[in-house]
Amino acid sequence: MTISIDSQGSDTNSLQPKGWLRYLSFSLDHKVIGIQYLVCGFLFYLIGGTLASAIRIELASPMSDFMPRDVYNQVLTLHGTIMIFLWIVPVVNGAFGNYLIPFYVGARDMAFPRLNAVAFWLIPPSGLMLVASYFIEGAAQAGWTAYPPLSITTPQSGQIIWIMSVLLLGGSSIFGGINFIATIIKLRRPGLKLMQLPMYCWAMLGTSLLVVLSTPVLAGTLILLSFDIVAHTGFFNPVLGGNVVVYQHLFWFYSHPAVYIMVLPAFGLVSEILPVHSRKPLFGYTTMVFSIMGIVVLGLVVWAHHMFTSGTPPWMRLFFTIATAFIAVPTGIKFFNWVATLWGGKISINSAMLFSCGFIVNFVFGGITGVALAQVPFDIHVHDTYFVVAHFHYIVYGGTVFIIFSSIYHWFPKVTGKLMSEKLGILHFAITFIGFNLCFAPQHWLGLNGMPRRVAEYDPQFQFVNQISSIGALLMAISTIPFLVNIFLSIKNGKDSGDNPWNALTPEWLTSSPPPVENWEGEAPLVKEPYGYGKPITQEN
Amino acid sequence: MTTLDSSKEIKKNNSDVSEHHEDFRMFGLITFLIADGMTFAGFFAAYLTYKAVNPLPDGAIYELELPIPTLNTILLLVSSATFHKAGKALLKNKNSDTQKWLIVTALLGITFLICQLFEYFNLPFGLTDNLFASTFYALTGFHGLHVTLGTLMILIISWQSRPKAGRITNKNMFPLEAVELYWHFVDGIWVILFIILYLL
Amino acid sequence: MISKNLYLILIISAVFAISFWIGFNVNLLPAEASINAPIYDELFKILFIIGLIIFIGMTIAVIYSLFKFRKRKDQLGDGIALEGNLSLEIIWTVIPSIIVLIIGLYSYNIYDRMGGMKELNHSHEMMATNTEKIWAGISQASNSEFVSNNLSVEVSAMQFAFLFNYPKGEFISGELHVPVDQKVSMKMESKDVIHAFWVPEFRIKQDIIPGQPTILNFTPTKVGKYPIICAELCGPYHGGMRASIIVEEESDYKDWFNKNTKTEVSL
Repeated sequence: MTISIDSQGSDTNSLQPKGWLRYLSFSLDHKVIGIQYLVCGFLFYLIGGTLASAIRIELASPMSDFMPRDVYNQVLTLHGTIMIFLWIVPVVNGAFGNYLIPFYVGARDMAFPRLNAVAFWLIPPSGLMLVASYFIEGAAQAGWTAYPPLSITTPQSGQIIWIMSVLLLGGSSIFGGINFIATIIKLRRPGLKLMQLPMYCWAMLGTSLLVVLSTPVLAGTLILLSFDIVAHTGFFNPVLGGNVVVYQHLFWFYSHPAVYIMVLPAFGLVSEILPVHSRKPLFGYTTMVFSIMGIVVLGLVVWAHHMFTSGTPPWMRLFFTIATAFIAVPTGIKFFNWVATLWGGKISINSAMLFSCGFIVNFVFGGITGVALAQVPFDIHVHDTYFVVAHFHYIVYGGTVFIIFSSIYHWFPKVTGKLMSEKLGILHFAITFIGFNLCFAPQHWLGLNGMPRRVAEYDPQFQFVNQISSIGALLMAISTIPFLVNIFLSIKNGKDSGDNPWNALTPEWLTSSPPPVENWEGEAPLVKEPYGYGKPITQEN
Repeated sequence: MTTLDSSKEIKKNNSDVSEHHEDFRMFGLITFLIADGMTFAGFFAAYLTYKAVNPLPDGAIYELELPIPTLNTILLLVSSATFHKAGKALLKNKNSDTQKWLIVTALLGITFLICQLFEYFNLPFGLTDNLFASTFYALTGFHGLHVTLGTLMILIISWQSRPKAGRITNKNMFPLEAVELYWHFVDGIWVILFIILYLL
Repeated sequence: MISKNLYLILIISAVFAISFWIGFNVNLLPAEASINAPIYDELFKILFIIGLIIFIGMTIAVIYSLFKFRKRKDQLGDGIALEGNLSLEIIWTVIPSIIVLIIGLYSYNIYDRMGGMKELNHSHEMMATNTEKIWAGISQASNSEFVSNNLSVEVSAMQFAFLFNYPKGEFISGELHVPVDQKVSMKMESKDVIHAFWVPEFRIKQDIIPGQPTILNFTPTKVGKYPIICAELCGPYHGGMRASIIVEEESDYKDWFNKNTKTEVSL
């Protein structure tokens, strides 16, 4: 990797792309790769969002009248698959992880820069292949969960392409996880202890452990599923002697930790954002670390709460009820600690802070419905209904996506050296918050009263509430506009931010904005107290 | 200051800092092998669940003989020992011995694969005959892929460790150590597979 | 100092009061039409109230902080350098753990009252007798009761319909008729992909899987016609896969049964 001091990253080698073209190249620079993940992920977010809009248009009327029924099933399958594997997982792990972690451990780059670039470049082709499958012979239409026998009996090519795409995306995720673990454990600058790292590093360490332990099981499962589809084996096909519930166990062994893979990095990011904008230390550093590890351990042993109605025995249902409910304890601790971080601070009410506070409110709501869902008797009524859809959107959108936006507002000045417009940011927040809650809050009632998931037609008594939900979705779509306008205008004409517009203390702010290729001029700063706000001493550099 | 000078200065800074770090490539490989192991764990879990819960249908054939797999087990265990010998030779800077031991290891690997294929052709059941047949072929096939990959890598490093090449030496042992760890991993998976599929 | 604590007590009491009021007066659930339903609704109320208390409390804390502790224009300094408070952290670890444990045990009690803990076979639920295996579903009866129960129905699910086989009458119907206040026992199997049997008014649901029968038992308590909804994605017509369960007075049920029965036995 050629190195130069020029913050543009250009050098004497005329073959290296300059300027924005770097972002289309096989760059080994973790900052470039981080932005590649972010922009690529956001493009897939827009595609997934378009699919969601199609769903909400269909659901505005109780009949199946907007698109053919099998197309609707393809749309909902791709919506879930894209949002999970091409937006959330790559962005909170790959984008922010790659950009920030070398700064936080005091390194010039990740442990394995080439593996890093490979991990990113697996994503655009897999995503394009997945989207293209619609135009070949139809996309997969068995839901992102791909339960057999349905996934074995629907049209083959779409499902096989889906499997190949998810296998590649899972591989990308595993490579990233290996890189993060090695960087955090092995690449810390001299003098920097584990318990002095910014909380995001701990979150990524926990997440990467989950990635490395659970994603391979999904890979194996999908390989077996593809054998069933293509070679007519009977792993999950009862007609040939197989067992459909075994698929569910194997699938959820990954897919439950997957939700923590989507949420733990967001927990880490908000732990970075709140102290800066409240000028107060993160409350309870040690307990925050332990609660991350608690969530990681518990997250691996609760998967069957997705299978309470499948035909599992009572003792199994009970074990998973208790274990799942206990995850509320370390998670709750984190939320109390975040509120305690705000308490007594000097809070700047800006876009980053608003989205983080919106996250707290939304996620507490989603977490509560989660504890309810963990109880077997409760879940039996609402399993596979819009109650579950509402729950996980509160967590994934109201939680993680809100944090992604908060993080963009927070770190945009660092990446570009410019400030974003606060006016547009607050407008973005307001429309998003209202639209999101309008869309998903009513869905709890829909599920409780009889509307199942993954349907294009429903009982007409639910039409009015569905229309409210669709209006909320419309607002969510509209909210993208002030955000995108803000991004483009700020990149072009934004006010100069200076190196550290928030006067933050973590290592990435102790260098220029944007940072030089080697991250700092000279040695990496040793920051022993990344949350040392409110203290009279100055940070050593 | 030219770019060349400044990059020298940064490299100096870098090496000051990196001197404190050990070689973490092995750490990365171990993490990868844990991930790979989890894939096998998923397969084993499925197999054991089927054994406990799904009975073999009447008239289905699923019988395994022990001689060939036992031979295969011995072949792999011996190959791990020969690989170890190759590593010891490299420490003593005896590259030609290293090469010889690596080629022996590769030959043992190839013999394993030939025996496995021989077993496949002589089994009374095929891939789709019944659930246990399918699981058997999936597990041994996936493992066999790993052996194939490992054998190829052994051949590559045996070429790279030839005496005058200077590619793999006792100052640059990582390629050999990495492939050796991978090979021991593949060996270990086979032992577990042998116990679970053939002995249980 | 006294007035500060008083405020806190007032606010906490208000949060509790509002949560209890909403919990007892806002009905988010459909009609109760089985023995199960009131038991379920009891659990729902408790979870709803606890959830409201926590959600309203946290939201107030966040909004209050944003107002009380916002940075005024002239302020340049930081907030207080508070890094933790061990006693506070212990409190908000122990109390949630206790609440979670209590909710868990209470749910176990509810599940038991709904019949979830009943064994379906003599031995392990999933173990095969020589002739067939039954997967666990909610059961207020055992498999042996299925045979002797007057009201046993075999349910077949397929893409995209439910069929109800009344073995005692040797007929198959597209509608599920049952008499009110009597125990019904269903043995369900799918002919193709995974489906599910869900009646919202009964608060019960069970997946119908191919390859293994699942058992679902219930006792309806209110006369009426209720939807049976498929609650597992089964293909393009999943949304249209519905049937009806008609709960009727004993005499009306007997009339219907006798009209349809093919056997000598009449009720």
